[in-house]
Amino acid sequence: MYNLAANFRLAACRHHGNARTRSDMARLEWLQRQIEGIKEEHVIENRYVIALVEHSAAVRLQSWFRGCQVRARLRLLHRKATIIQKVWRGFRARNQFRQMVKVSLLFRPNKIFLLIQRRWRGYYVRKYIHNYYALKRYLEGLTIKNEQVRKDLEEFAELQRREMERLAREREGQRKCLQAQRLHFLLSTEQCPGVFNSPYRDFPHEMELRLRSIKPLLAKNAPLRRDSGGSPACSLPPVPSKKPQGPFRDPAEVLQQRYRPLEPTLRVATSITALEEAREELRREEWRSRVIDDIFQPFSNAHKNRKYERTLHGTSSYEQVDYGTKYFREENKEKRQGEKPFKTVFTTDHVFDKFGQFYSSAGKIV
Amino acid sequence: MSQRQVLQVFEQYQKSRMQFVQTVAELASRPQNIETLQNAGVMSLLRPLLLDVVPTIQQTAALALGRLASYNDDLAEAVVKGEILPQLVYSLAEQNRFYKKAAAFVLRAVAKHSPQLAQAVVDCGALDALVVSLEDFDPGVKEAAAWALDYIACHNGELSQAVVDAGAVPLLVLCIQEPELAVKRIAASALNDIAKHSPELAQTVVDAGAIAHLAQMILNPDAKLKRQVFSALSQISKHSVDLAEMVVEAEVFPAVLTSLKDPDEHVRKNATTLIREIAKHTPELSQMIVNAGGVAAVIDYLGDSRGNVRLSGIMMLGYVAAHSENLAMAVIVSKGVPQLAICLAEETEDHIRSATAWALGQIGRHSPEHARAVAMANVLPRLLAFYMDAQSSDDLQAKAKKALKSILQKCTYVPALEPLLHEAPSNILKHVICQFSKVLLHDSKARRLFVTSGGLKKVQEIKAEPGSLLQEYINSINNCFPEEIVRCRAVCVLLRRKPSYHVSCGTGTVKLLGKQF
Repeated sequence: MYNLAANFRLAACRHHGNARTRSDMARLEWLQRQIEGIKEEHVIENRYVIALVEHSAAVRLQSWFRGCQVRARLRLLHRKATIIQKVWRGFRARNQFRQMVKVSLLFRPNKIFLLIQRRWRGYYVRKYIHNYYALKRYLEGLTIKNEQVRKDLEEFAELQRREMERLAREREGQRKCLQAQRLHFLLSTEQCPGVFNSPYRDFPHEMELRLRSIKPLLAKNAPLRRDSGGSPACSLPPVPSKKPQGPFRDPAEVLQQRYRPLEPTLRVATSITALEEAREELRREEWRSRVIDDIFQPFSNAHKNRKYERTLHGTSSYEQVDYGTKYFREENKEKRQGEKPFKTVFTTDHVFDKFGQFYSSAGKIV
Repeated sequence: MSQRQVLQVFEQYQKSRMQFVQTVAELASRPQNIETLQNAGVMSLLRPLLLDVVPTIQQTAALALGRLASYNDDLAEAVVKGEILPQLVYSLAEQNRFYKKAAAFVLRAVAKHSPQLAQAVVDCGALDALVVSLEDFDPGVKEAAAWALDYIACHNGELSQAVVDAGAVPLLVLCIQEPELAVKRIAASALNDIAKHSPELAQTVVDAGAIAHLAQMILNPDAKLKRQVFSALSQISKHSVDLAEMVVEAEVFPAVLTSLKDPDEHVRKNATTLIREIAKHTPELSQMIVNAGGVAAVIDYLGDSRGNVRLSGIMMLGYVAAHSENLAMAVIVSKGVPQLAICLAEETEDHIRSATAWALGQIGRHSPEHARAVAMANVLPRLLAFYMDAQSSDDLQAKAKKALKSILQKCTYVPALEPLLHEAPSNILKHVICQFSKVLLHDSKARRLFVTSGGLKKVQEIKAEPGSLLQEYINSINNCFPEEIVRCRAVCVLLRRKPSYHVSCGTGTVKLLGKQF
């Protein structure tokens, strides 16, 4: 060993001294070639020592492995033992417990019975008869529900009340509006303040403002008053029962005049269709009073007036018309038409209609 | 004489007839004229006018007759005896709608007075004609016909059965569905009057499918319609459990409760009546109402209203509480007892008082807990006062006594029992003493209070027949106390006229009691 080390030291020194030289490089190569040989040499020299070291290492490994093996087996045995112990102890304990129960049943049976009975009765009563906690829960729930219902109903009533108030307000507003329309003539003007706009007050009455904002009621839109719907006599002054002193007429005369029936003029009294009606009436009258349908013919020249009567078979409603056989067009049109159209309505003289109908005697002069 | 003059005579005659009939119709609308008209023989004059050639005169004559007949039953009888009805019935099928209306009005006016007159209307075959008029196109005719049927049916079961047999019910149900409110109202009222007599008639109404349509109209804004609807539903549901359940199944429930806040009093009353009629049948229905919050709503309603309309609400609470312990507890939890106590104090009429007493008895009779709730509302002295008051009616006395008895038999609330000890007559006192004997046996605090408040002294004063039940109770009370106290009390009773002794004796007892207990 030391030989090798000495060689090495020597080589290193040399190498250290002039490493850059070519001879040095060659020497290093040589030395390296030498190392293999030195190693083999060394092994052969120390083979006993090496064998000893290897042996001790092997023993160490083996002891570790065997220890593991044995410990695993012991663990396995322990587990098995625990199982056996468990089963045995359970068996023992159950036996002991049975013994104990048998003994306690023999000597103090009531307690067990009482226990069972208590449990059973509790269960039965809670289920079928009366469950205090369930009832309590229910009543609490009911209280909440009642509160809610009360609140809802209150809200509903409030809503209803407000709706009714709104309707009443609307109605009131409409009423006031109508009144303002009727009293629109009381609106104040630039010159003259109205009734609702008193100069002694700081601000005008509410009605005044409404009058300003609203349009007056037109006569045709005005709602009809019930009392004005009667006869015009309502608006006339009452007729006194006795003749008042002074240049007044007799009450009977006044009454007669007042309740005189309407006597329209001939023109008003006559219907516009009077002529047609009269013709129709005449026709009907004729139809009613006619005894024979045959038109009365004069005796002389009777053969000239005889109308051709067809046979029953040949009878047709479609009679032959003159147009087309006798003539095609209207002849002498201008001759037939007059200058002016024919007048059906005559102007009447009103003076004669009014004669003797006037209230004042002055009218009678006419 | 010209033709015109001849015709003028006829015209004048017609005008005078018209005028006569119109005047009579107008006069008949005022009650003070009726006597005079009757004495003037208006009936015999109107009868030929019913057969007049001019339709207007016929109608007006019928109107006048109707007004006369609706005034009183004598005139209605005169109409029947005058053989006018067959004419009317005959023309009801023939004439125009105005005449139909007027004829139905006469029939209604005659039928409304009594079952006999209604029977006379039925006998002359009016029902078929009226039922045919129910199918008329004009709503006015429908209304008049339904109204006449209503008045016929309202008298008794047989007449209602006759109306049902004539096939009116399906048509009335159709009338409910009309858009006109007046027709709806009258049809609902007619169904109400048909259903009210018997379960079978109510079943007929239900079979025609009336409930669904009635239930739909609960939320209608018209108050008069709602009155009739609630009334009809309550008349249907009052007969049997099945009918009540059918009404409930139509989902009337939350909607009815909102009607308890209606501005119209009669709507509220009829709604409460409906709830009452449903609640009275079974515990399940009552439970359903309680769960829907109906009890709270009815209690609020009792607070809002005054007088007779409270009656159905009070009875509803009584019915609910009578069914079971839990329901009675629900009434108590909903603060029903204080409200009933207020009703008992406020109302002056005996029948409402007796209903309230009955309801309180039903609430308090279940358990000590219930009795305690009732006793704490301080109603026992008031009930006792009603029982003792000679002016209250027999019914009120009986109800008050029964309520007192049933509450006292469960009551263990000593502060409420104490005043009764001094005021109650012997038949009530018996129950009070019995309760004391039960309470004092177990409650030492109550024993102490019983002596200091002078209850024991009062017990010694009671003269009970030996061997009676009362004596037994007194003995059991005495056994709860040491011998000396009882004897001392007895002496006190004997020497009642010496107050100084009495006071000293009282303090002595208290000391003694302090040692003993």
